[in-house]
Amino acid sequence: MKRLALISMMLLASVCGGALASGGADLRLAPAPVNRLDDESLQRGARNFVNYCLNCHSAKYMRYNRLTDLGLDLSMIQDNLMFATEKIGNTMSVAMAPADGKAWFGATPPDLTVEARVRGRDWIYNYLLGFYRDAATPSGWNNVVFPNVGMPHVLWELSGSNKLVEVEFEDYEKATAAAIAAKGLSQVEALPGGKYAVLTVANDTPGLMNRVQYETFVADLVNYLDYMAEPSRNKRINLGLLVLLYLGVLFVFAYMLKRTVWKDVH
Amino acid sequence: MEKLLNWIDARFPLTALWESQWGKYVAPKNFNFWYYFGSLAAFVLVLQIVTGIFLTMNYKPDAAKAFESVEYIMRDVQWGWLIRYMHSTGASMFFVVVYLHMFRGLMYGSYRKPRELTWIFGCLIYLALMAEAFFGYLLPWGQMSYWGAQVIVNLFSAVPVIGEDLGVWIRGDYTISDITLNRFFAFHVVAVPLVLLGLVAAHLAALHETGSNNPDGVEIKKQPKDPATGLPLDGIYSHPYYTVKDLVGVIVFLAVFSVVMFFVPDMGGYFLEANNFIPADPLKTPEHIAPVWYFTPYYAMLRAVPSFMDSQFWGVLVMGIAVLIFFFLPWLDRGAVKSIRYRGNLYKAWLAAFVVAFLILGYLGVVPVTVWGQFSEKMPILGTADKATVVARVLTVVYFLFFLLMPWYTARDRTKPQPDRVTM
Repeated sequence: MKRLALISMMLLASVCGGALASGGADLRLAPAPVNRLDDESLQRGARNFVNYCLNCHSAKYMRYNRLTDLGLDLSMIQDNLMFATEKIGNTMSVAMAPADGKAWFGATPPDLTVEARVRGRDWIYNYLLGFYRDAATPSGWNNVVFPNVGMPHVLWELSGSNKLVEVEFEDYEKATAAAIAAKGLSQVEALPGGKYAVLTVANDTPGLMNRVQYETFVADLVNYLDYMAEPSRNKRINLGLLVLLYLGVLFVFAYMLKRTVWKDVH
Repeated sequence: MEKLLNWIDARFPLTALWESQWGKYVAPKNFNFWYYFGSLAAFVLVLQIVTGIFLTMNYKPDAAKAFESVEYIMRDVQWGWLIRYMHSTGASMFFVVVYLHMFRGLMYGSYRKPRELTWIFGCLIYLALMAEAFFGYLLPWGQMSYWGAQVIVNLFSAVPVIGEDLGVWIRGDYTISDITLNRFFAFHVVAVPLVLLGLVAAHLAALHETGSNNPDGVEIKKQPKDPATGLPLDGIYSHPYYTVKDLVGVIVFLAVFSVVMFFVPDMGGYFLEANNFIPADPLKTPEHIAPVWYFTPYYAMLRAVPSFMDSQFWGVLVMGIAVLIFFFLPWLDRGAVKSIRYRGNLYKAWLAAFVVAFLILGYLGVVPVTVWGQFSEKMPILGTADKATVVARVLTVVYFLFFLLMPWYTARDRTKPQPDRVTM
């Protein structure tokens, strides 16, 4: 009986453990180097977000004064991260009308408050590294992670511009092996004639930042987006440890009580 | 204190109720691991009601504000994130606990005479719980909420002749809309919880009338009484024995619950789906719509049934019967014994096949049908069919055969004799 119980629990666990893999298995993402406890990175990320994203993308559920979570005080937030017309208790809205956004970019730029919970931090990190020049699109930019995206490469001044590198392979296995060896963002794509290509991006004109500086810039931004998607996360994890500790102590007493009460049952 | 109690008892059967329902309720002394899940289900029910009340204080059932108000709860309401995670984790854990509780019933034959009504009330609770979960899932008004509800309501639209009107009647509109959200809110917070509470009371009253089954299937009420205590030989009082035992169970359960809630509240997309963090958009269908994990075995069946005579209704019918067939279990089982401990290999094999089929169907329900690719063209009959669809069809048949063949294999099974006393 115990064995049956064990087997069924394991089966349940294995079913629950199977990741929600829905397509896109040939897209390989580099893990985003973020640290939820690094306040300085989060502060830089907030600055990057406000300077570069918050013109087209709103964060309409995020209040400015919540940024005190990141070790900033209200005057620092007011002086560095906000326009004078905004109030500290306001949410991060944009002046651009959704209809204008749609007319200009083909789609309204999505609100970014909880975007990190929709896409995942790795996706966003690679997306911001995945832009390349493409004369065929309206904006002149394309993206390996999000093909034919309406958004232009807003950060191109910092990163410089990239070109798409396409390497052909005989079969899928060789292409996949090359993609794994490339360590980082890559996409395996089927070509007509049974061949496969590995797509990566490579810098062709340098920007204001070198590669490492730009990756750090993006990582900070993603770290911030990840925080903004769930501002209470650090509190949640800390509280969780305390609760488990408490339940552990409670368990010892409850178990001893059970043993005592059941002593006369044979 | 004593005087007060006497005063109340003269006017209301307080002591009598307590003693008949728990205090002096005599239970078999050999309950094992599987017997925790009944009290845990009751515990989660209370948790859901209490957290639900607090959520209702801040939630707005309005298509223009619902998504926003959930984010408001997550960000601006004091401890709102904790209350909401308790409720969302609780919803999934409710099904975990109820599925394990039902599996216990299958293993030890708890549905059999004289406990048929306890079982039927339990099946009704399961149905009400599914309705409760379905209505509740629309409320966050994310993309999965919206399109999940769309898919489920469309099932009713597949009913021949009246389907179209039935769909409009359920939604109150031609699409899922603000009106639908409002009525689902009413069902989720008032109607279904009332039904659930009534059914739980009936489930418990019926159980306490017949007495509990146990892992040996021994009827302790038929045992001679212990002259010293006046109780059946293998019976003990629920209080304090099972009070303190279930308390340990609740603490362990809370620990598991806390690990999920505090460290992985999304459970990798199974408890909270990533797409549900996008506000509902009636003009944009998500690429892959999967119901929450607890519905996926039935969803896999629905997808596996081919359309016939130009109608998808057969899949809906199969899905409905798959849930309702549980009601008939007490009359399908003709085994000489109740518990799996004394059953023969036939029943054990069928139960194992059923569990495996249920779990794999559950997995197939969350992934696209193309997950395992297609058969090669050389394959006879099956040529180029999706492998996952074929497997789902086979498993759906296994699921139903477990029930439909039960009168035959339980009667034919080589059982061991059931003892007179329980084993600890």
